Amino acid sequence: MTDAAIRTEKLRKVYTTAPPKAGRGAPGIAPDASRAAAERRAGSEVIALESLDLEIRSGEFFGLLGPNGAGKTTTIGICTTRVLPTSGTAIIEGADVRIQPTLVRQRIGVVPQRPNPDSSLNVRENLVFHAAYFGISRSVANARAKALLEKLGIAERAEAKVMQLSGGQQQRLMIARALIHEPRVIFLDEPTVGLDPQARLDLWTILRELHSQGRTIVMTTHYMEEADRLCDRLAIVDQGRLLAIDTPEALKARAPGGTMIELVLDGSGDGLVTEMRGVPGVSSAEAKFEHGSNSVRVYSDRGGEVIAALVTIATVHARSIRDIHLAPPSLETLFISLTGRQLT
Amino acid sequence: MTSAVTDVAQRPNSGRIFLALLRRDINVARRELPYFLLRTTLQPLLFIVVFGLLLPRMGYVGNAYKAALLPGVLAVSLAFSSVQSVALPMVADFGWTREIEDRLLAPISIELIALEKIVAGVLQGVIAALFVLPIARLIMGPIDGLTATHFALVLFIVLLGATAFSVLGLLMGSLVNPQQIGLMFSVIVAPMIFFGCAYYPWQNLSVFPVMKYAVLINPLVYVAEGMRGVLTPGMPHMDLRAVSGALIVIIALFWTLGLRSFAKRAMG
Repeated sequence: MTDAAIRTEKLRKVYTTAPPKAGRGAPGIAPDASRAAAERRAGSEVIALESLDLEIRSGEFFGLLGPNGAGKTTTIGICTTRVLPTSGTAIIEGADVRIQPTLVRQRIGVVPQRPNPDSSLNVRENLVFHAAYFGISRSVANARAKALLEKLGIAERAEAKVMQLSGGQQQRLMIARALIHEPRVIFLDEPTVGLDPQARLDLWTILRELHSQGRTIVMTTHYMEEADRLCDRLAIVDQGRLLAIDTPEALKARAPGGTMIELVLDGSGDGLVTEMRGVPGVSSAEAKFEHGSNSVRVYSDRGGEVIAALVTIATVHARSIRDIHLAPPSLETLFISLTGRQLT
Repeated sequence: MTSAVTDVAQRPNSGRIFLALLRRDINVARRELPYFLLRTTLQPLLFIVVFGLLLPRMGYVGNAYKAALLPGVLAVSLAFSSVQSVALPMVADFGWTREIEDRLLAPISIELIALEKIVAGVLQGVIAALFVLPIARLIMGPIDGLTATHFALVLFIVLLGATAFSVLGLLMGSLVNPQQIGLMFSVIVAPMIFFGCAYYPWQNLSVFPVMKYAVLINPLVYVAEGMRGVLTPGMPHMDLRAVSGALIVIIALFWTLGLRSFAKRAMG
C-alpha cells in the first residue's frame, strides 16, 4: 500500500453543455425557444479536465493553483464524488470515486466554494445533523459540535440562525461541518474568496492547525500568496491541464531568470524587443498583444535598474508607456511564463 | 499524528443514515407546520365552505353532493401537500441555495436520499389529509354514507396516493427551475385539480365522453376515486383494483423518471 491519499490517473471531464436552463423559461417567445432547442440538439463540448495525473501524499497540504476555468473545481468535484469523470480514475483513501462513492464520502470532508449551510437549522443543528448523516450518535455529535464551535470561535453563535452569521462565520461553520465526522482528507474549494483580510488570516491559522494534526488537505486557490504560504506542494493547472507540480520553493526556482518587467505601450512593441534584448541585464524580451493592448514583457537579472534604458528605447521608437508592472521571481512570474497569461 | 485523525469506523449503516435524513425533514416540517397547513389546506377548505356549505344551503346543490365532495377534497389536500413538500424545497436547493449538498455528501446512495424525500412527502400528505378531514366534516355537517369501516383500505389508498404525488414532486422538483415555479402551479397543478375528479365523480363525466377518457392521464383522478370508494362507497366510484393498479403504475413511472432527473441534478 502506498501512502498516497489521493491518486488520479488520466482524469478527464468533458461537459456537454446544454444551454443555460434559464433560457428555457421564456414561454411565448417562439424564436428564442426554437433557437435554444437547436443549440441543445447541436450541443457543444467543454473540456474541463484533460488527462490529469495527480498523486497527493497522506498528510500533505496540497494546493491546486490556477485561474478561473482551469478545472480546479471540477477536480475537487470528481474527488468528492459530486461530479462524474468522463474517463480516467480517481482513488481517494483507497476508494474509487466511481465504484465506491459512499466509501469516499465517508472518508472526506468538503468545504464548498460558497457556504451552503442548511438554513432551516441553526448553527449547532447544522453540525449535529451532519454528524447524524454519517451515522454518528447524538451524544458524540453534540460533544464534537461544541468543541468545534469553540475552536473555530463561533461558540456564542451556536443557537443562531445560519443566515445571521457573517460570511467569515459561515465559512467557519462550513469548516466545522467538514470536520464533524473526523475525515482523513479535507477538500477546500477557494475557501478564502470573499473574506476580509483578517478573516482570511484567521482561516490560514485554522488550516495550518488542521494540517499539523496530520490530515491531508487539498485546497484550490487563485491567490499566489496563499498557495505559497500554506501548501507543502502545489499543482499549477490551466485549461484542464497540469502545467507543473512541486514544492512552492522548487516552483519559484523554476521561474524564468530575474524580475519580470511589463511595459504597456500605446502601439506595437515588435520593433523594440531586439534593442531591448541588448540592454545589459535583460535576459529576454517579448512583444505581446493581449486584451486589445500592446505590451513588452522583459526579464531582468538586475531588477528594476534596466527600466530607464527600456523607457528610452520606447521613446526613441515614438511609443508612449501607459503602465509599468514589475514582479520579482515568484509563482506569479512562473505562471505567466507557463501560460503566457496573468493569473487573476 | 494526534487522535484527531482517528481511523474511520466501519461503514455506517445506510438505515441509520436514512433515519437521520428523515429526522431532519420531520424536524424542519414540524417547525413549519402552521405555514405548511395553511399553504396546502386553505384552498381545499375554502372549496368546502363554498360547495359543501353555502351552495347546499342556498339550494343550488343537493345534500348528496357533499358525499362526492369530501373524498375529493381530501384527495386534493393529500396530493398537493405531498407534491409541494417534496418539490418546493428541491427547486430552491437545486436552483440556487445548494443546501441539499450536506446531504448529498452523506455516505449513502443517491437512490436512498431520493427515497427519503418520498417518505417525508408521504408523511406530510397524510398529516394534511388528517387535518382536513375533521374540519371538513365540521363545516359540512352530517354526510350521507360516510363510513369509517374500511379503515385498512383508507390507509392503503391514502398511502398509495401520497406516494404517487411525492414521486411526482421528486420529478417536478428536479426538473423545474425556480423561475418556472409559478408557471408550474398555474399550468400543471391547477388543471390537475380541476380535471382530477375531485369535485365530481368520474362516472358522471359520461356527459362529456371525450373528457371522461382524457382525464385518465391525471393521477389525481385515481386518488379521488379511490377515496370515494373507501370513504363514501355509496357514491359512484372506480373499481378499487383499477385505482390501485393505476396508482402503482404511476408510482413506478414517476419514480424511474424522477430518480433519473434527481441524480442528474445532484451530480453537479
